[in-house]
Amino acid sequence: MEARKIVLPGEVVCERKGRKLGRGVYEVEEKILTKFLGVLKESEDEVDVIPLAGVYLPKIGDKVIGIIKGVEVSGWSVDINSPYTAFLPIGEGVEEYVDVGRVDLSRFYDVGDVIFCRVSNVTKSKMVQVSMKYLYTKKLLGGTIVKIFPSKVPRLIGKGGSMIDIIKKKTGTQIIPGENGLVWIKGENVSKVIEVISLIERESHIIGLTEKIGKMLGE
Amino acid sequence: MRKIEVELGVVTRANGSALVKFGDTVALAAVYGPAELHPAHLREYQTGILRCRYSLAPFSVEERKVPGFDRRSVELSKVIRVAIEPAIFLEEFPKAVVDVFVEILQADGSTRVTAINATNLALISAGIPMRDFVVACSVGKIDNCLVVDLNGIEDNFSQADINFAFMPNRNKITLFQGDGQLTKNEIKELISLAKKSCEKIYEVEKGVLSGKYSRQIS
Repeated sequence: MEARKIVLPGEVVCERKGRKLGRGVYEVEEKILTKFLGVLKESEDEVDVIPLAGVYLPKIGDKVIGIIKGVEVSGWSVDINSPYTAFLPIGEGVEEYVDVGRVDLSRFYDVGDVIFCRVSNVTKSKMVQVSMKYLYTKKLLGGTIVKIFPSKVPRLIGKGGSMIDIIKKKTGTQIIPGENGLVWIKGENVSKVIEVISLIERESHIIGLTEKIGKMLGE
Repeated sequence: MRKIEVELGVVTRANGSALVKFGDTVALAAVYGPAELHPAHLREYQTGILRCRYSLAPFSVEERKVPGFDRRSVELSKVIRVAIEPAIFLEEFPKAVVDVFVEILQADGSTRVTAINATNLALISAGIPMRDFVVACSVGKIDNCLVVDLNGIEDNFSQADINFAFMPNRNKITLFQGDGQLTKNEIKELISLAKKSCEKIYEVEKGVLSGKYSRQIS
């Protein structure tokens, strides 16, 4: 099976030639160098290196799975599997008007609750705010959470959701992947799904993995 | 030069780890993070910080060493940190910390350069953004002869010994520390000798890293 090229930090990948610098690369004297041990993705207008390991660093617009860590005066602190704790303000978390003086905020989200939210703001000094004001955001009840490398999540989803659709259809489970590396699974075939997810994580650089997974689940 | 052996992922609980052997010198490095830094007053708002802890195991030397932190390990922890720091993009994770723990399991000279090599490999396998590899080796002078990679006895009876760390792709020196008596020409010669040996070590490390991850693919 064909594999993608592995690069190491400091390696000169190619000349820049006016291309856009993607993730995981930097420029020295018109040459593009890598920052990570990772897989190279080179196209005509962009050069990217996808790291094989590493922690999740939040970006605006990411759809992440968070676990409520604390209930505070004006919102909730949320663990998003990152070096930075996120904050969910009341206004972003609840639709209705809440009188902070009268209402106990743990009525809406309590410590340990799991939410699927969107990163709505990240400041320069990495103050992270999340929001529940989008159609897809919701509180997740029950289920199991699996942790994978954040850089492998796009592979789990596949092109246009192809990979995750196969897994959902063949196993009949609900799966929600968070871009921060937490994956929420609910259904009867949880152990089978975990097996498949760890296989994808291990062999994410193989081209044609979706077909392999399809075959594996088809048996 | 002594035989170099490298093993990756030896501490499975850590984000990244490496075991490096230079002959009888064995260093084990484990990297945790980037993680939230506590206590909060240590946080830097413009950049992340790197913390290193070097420690010599009680059984690593001939006569039992008292376990724990002493003046020597405080110094060497700093030496490792300043040698590695220029290579890391610390500004990418402000307020966070990267913790490095280096344990010398067996000491037979050149422990700090072995530790730097182990730290570098552990950081790379932890997915920390780096400008380049940091490759280190020791050089020195024994009986008026310039040598590379000193072992314990050579270190004790040498006229001069120098620890050298180097970024091979960027051609930059990150550590040059030593003592003894050397002429200007000898220092020049030692630098070029050290660079050459670092290139050799770099090839070994590169082979191990890409070998391990290519094996994962196939």
